[in-house]
Amino acid sequence: MNLHKLRNLIGNYLFVIPALVLFFTFSLYPFFKVFQLSVTDWDGISPTMHYVGFENFVDLFTDNPVFWLSMKNAGYVTFLALTAQNLLALLLALLCDREIKGGNVYRVIFYMPPVLSGIVVGLIWNWIYDGNYGLLNHFLEFIGLQEFTRAWLSDSKTALTAVSVIHMWKGFGWGFIIFLAGLQSIPRELYEAARVDGASSWVVFKNITAPLMIPVFMLVSILTILGTMQIFDIIISTTGGGPGYHTEVPITRILSTMIGSSKFGYASVMGVVFGLILLAISMIQIHVSRMMRQV
Amino acid sequence: MDPVSVTDNLEINYEKIKRVTVSFFTHLFLVVVSVSCIFPLWWAFASSLKTQETVFNDLSLFPKNPQWQNYYVAWTKADFGLYFLNSLFYTVTVVLGVILISSMAAYAFSRLQFPGRNALFLVLISTMMIPIQSASIIPLFVLLNKLHLINTQLGYILPQINGGLALGIFLLKTFFDDLPKELEDSARIDGCGRFRVYWHIALPLARPAIAVLAIFNILAVWNEYLLAMLVLSSKSLMPLQRGLMVFQGAHITQYPLLMAGIVITVLPVLAVYLLLQKHIIKGITAGAVKG
Repeated sequence: MNLHKLRNLIGNYLFVIPALVLFFTFSLYPFFKVFQLSVTDWDGISPTMHYVGFENFVDLFTDNPVFWLSMKNAGYVTFLALTAQNLLALLLALLCDREIKGGNVYRVIFYMPPVLSGIVVGLIWNWIYDGNYGLLNHFLEFIGLQEFTRAWLSDSKTALTAVSVIHMWKGFGWGFIIFLAGLQSIPRELYEAARVDGASSWVVFKNITAPLMIPVFMLVSILTILGTMQIFDIIISTTGGGPGYHTEVPITRILSTMIGSSKFGYASVMGVVFGLILLAISMIQIHVSRMMRQV
Repeated sequence: MDPVSVTDNLEINYEKIKRVTVSFFTHLFLVVVSVSCIFPLWWAFASSLKTQETVFNDLSLFPKNPQWQNYYVAWTKADFGLYFLNSLFYTVTVVLGVILISSMAAYAFSRLQFPGRNALFLVLISTMMIPIQSASIIPLFVLLNKLHLINTQLGYILPQINGGLALGIFLLKTFFDDLPKELEDSARIDGCGRFRVYWHIALPLARPAIAVLAIFNILAVWNEYLLAMLVLSSKSLMPLQRGLMVFQGAHITQYPLLMAGIVITVLPVLAVYLLLQKHIIKGITAGAVKG
């Protein structure tokens, strides 16, 4: 009887063992390993590594302006995504929320850029921004604004904003879809009641739509922050971080510290600090989605 | 004529004009945004049909002499055929792996009894809540190196299967929890083993949830780049995204072929998206709102 029970139990565990093996190997082990590496000077090849304590951490916080510049750059893109991209997404969602002809067609089109890879999007936009043959310059010449033409991605004044525009082009359709779903979950009776009372569109938006959408705004904002801070594919396929360090972002910094300079210990510290910042944001997200469930 | 009805008519007309104007500008705006979404893609497609000589000066959106042989050259000489088959192989293996492994685990978490069940479930789905994979790329690379999985197919496949597990287990467990147990119970009474019950009864019933899971993973694997860049260095193993970057690095000015490569990369994704857009959009919103 006991043997039977044991066999039964082992049989049950067999169902979860493949998942557990993969998880422990590829998620949990790297998670702890990164902390161990962060206190060493390991170069990625040597059989030995030296314990250096918090030296890497101290250096990152006191003597690595490029890393913090990369955070600032990603922050700049994130700020634009939070404001311009999400406002556009919200506006489009408000327009498509009405009984509008072809609403579904617009929806399908707006969500096309988000299903493409950052690499493909970056490579196509490379050409739009090109200094010699770029479509944008052709267009500016066509409308008589020659003086504004430039190599948008290699001009230090415009590179980061140009990259941000690519990121927002790829991302607004995602925000649009979420906003639209949020809007459509608002009971229509509320709008009708307000109309009967003679409320204007703006008053309806301010007093009914906006308050009910606050959880959705929060969710989209946090996911936008997490997604944009980790921007990488679009950078690597357009500027590669240049010109100079003008479009460097945390992930390109971590990768070039690790592969370019063979400083695995130091790159681990960057990973830990960056990860902790993202973790703090995720915690807010979990908190917010709990709040959402109560609403 | 009664003066009151005249003003009434005027007001109605005014309302109607206002409505038509608003509708016109709404559609104008939506159409402009739509064109901005489609135009770059169409531009890439049109350019893929031009020659190296004409591509920079011929701005036409419908090239007069479409160079379809560019696709043949891109597929064979520029290795995009190889990259395509690699991408297909990786996508199929990862998606099958995720479905198989996460459905087994989800079934156990929903139906079977064993000590530590709830704790293990929470641990396994924790990575879904904490998106810090990008921070652990360094130790992941070190680990793959140690396991001699650098520049192997397995080294590219296994971490991605692992990456899909959290969402898969969460989605499928929720689905199994809502499924009535009677059918499975009667099968167990008839002497079916638990693996056969899972395989022949539970798994087929979970088809809708598996479809959502498959769509998400197909898009994620097909579009993946960072891991491919870290793990794969032989051309013969590279997927499309990596191949595109390698091609761009080596032949930066061969735009028609690069654009053909881009079209080859994008076409399957767009086909999957347009065929299944209803499910995809539903899945995204459900996922985000449940969060």
